[in-house]
Amino acid sequence: MSDIKDQVVEIICEQLDVKPEDVAEAKSFTEDLQADSLAIVELVLALEEKFDVKIPDDEVDKIKTVGDAINYIKNHAG
Amino acid sequence: MSTSSHARRRIAITGVGLVTPLGIGTDATWSRVCAGESGIGPVTRFDTSEFTTSIAGEVRDFDPAQWGIAKRETRQMDLFIQYALAATDMAVKQAGLDADKPDPERWGCYVGAGMGGLGIIESTIKSLTEKGPRHGISPFFTPSVIINLAPGQISIRYDVRGPNFSMVSACSTAAHSLGEAARLIERGDADLMIAGGTESTVTPLGLGGFCSARALSQRNDEPTKASRPFTKSRDGFVLSEGAAVMILEDMDRAKARGAAIIAELVGYAANSDAHHITMPAPGGAGARRCMELALEDAGLAPEQVGYINAHATSTTADSIETAAIRGAFGAHADKGLAVSSTKSMHGHLLGAAGGLEAAICALALRDGILPPTINLDDPDPECDLDYVPHEARKTQVEYAMSNSFGFGGTNACLILRHVG
Repeated sequence: MSDIKDQVVEIICEQLDVKPEDVAEAKSFTEDLQADSLAIVELVLALEEKFDVKIPDDEVDKIKTVGDAINYIKNHAG
Repeated sequence: MSTSSHARRRIAITGVGLVTPLGIGTDATWSRVCAGESGIGPVTRFDTSEFTTSIAGEVRDFDPAQWGIAKRETRQMDLFIQYALAATDMAVKQAGLDADKPDPERWGCYVGAGMGGLGIIESTIKSLTEKGPRHGISPFFTPSVIINLAPGQISIRYDVRGPNFSMVSACSTAAHSLGEAARLIERGDADLMIAGGTESTVTPLGLGGFCSARALSQRNDEPTKASRPFTKSRDGFVLSEGAAVMILEDMDRAKARGAAIIAELVGYAANSDAHHITMPAPGGAGARRCMELALEDAGLAPEQVGYINAHATSTTADSIETAAIRGAFGAHADKGLAVSSTKSMHGHLLGAAGGLEAAICALALRDGILPPTINLDDPDPECDLDYVPHEARKTQVEYAMSNSFGFGGTNACLILRHVG
């Protein structure tokens, strides 16, 4: 499943204009990666498209860190 | 505003920023205007094979990163916002406001556009159709296309906490923005204003809308000859894009801080034709009245104005504006008054046009150079003023007027003064 992690990190880098080395699992999207609420929505939509999942709004609110995003996709994709 | 009991504050222009088909930068644009060059070429952004017009004045080699716009931000701002940020950056730096920051509450931003983010609207309609509303529409869609996000983004970037909104008046947008910004300073509501216009409608819908209205030149084989105001062979305007932003500043403040003053903005008037959605009133009555009101506002006799940057877009309306100028200026129109249409070189920037042309007036006054009307090979007998044909003229005038007239019968005239 490390493949999923790499793909999520790649999408985060693309969406938020950040480098892979800055995208550790503990990093917070808002605190560390300077994402505002609209950027997080954009990221979620990109993840949905890539992994063919639908992330409900109340679940989006729980995705605070890079690790949260990776775990959500690992648990729901495929 | 000429009748108040106390003297109104005077307006200095202390910065100019230009992003145009002639170049990115004020010097880049102005040097080519003085050389009488054209910025018009074939459209490169999309396939125009089914359009009756395939030429335009595109901004070339625009690099958002150069203006501090990150890659992800380019998805959050249509080009018209990016152009406005670049032009503002130039104007702020020229005015020295990057080092000498104003009190945030004492400056504001009036930057408008005629149409807004057509490019992103078009691509979003396409992705909406293909992917549906959830994945077809970016969460940044709305703030990327609405007009007042140009001044909105500027205010965020430069900590501008005074008035911040957009005027929308088609091709007179930037002129109204500058005039109303000056009013704001005159009545003491702000000490400085970032003002002007921006536009990026070289898109299928933008070009196609004017094609359908039969408003554009179809001289596709000779792009640099296509914008030919005042000629017998003119066949429509040339769609262009870009941004023009100026720093307007309370004259006393500008002098006190030792700013270099490019020119003074001394007169402004706005009125309407109340006649037709796209055609000027017969004889140019509205335009004539607007020029007269601007002269009155500046306290000038017609003879004191040495140069007019005409609205003249290379359409049938050029002869109507000529008649309006003759009406407002009387005998002076035929003796000593120079008039040119710089749209012959940069095309029609719509909502940014009046800003670019007022900036050209400011630079003409600063440098003592009257910009030419190029392509004036076959003058229309009904267009018989001194249009400074073909080549720029070295002449120092004291006052210059910039005319802007828009769809909806809306008019704006600005008058600038040479600062010695």
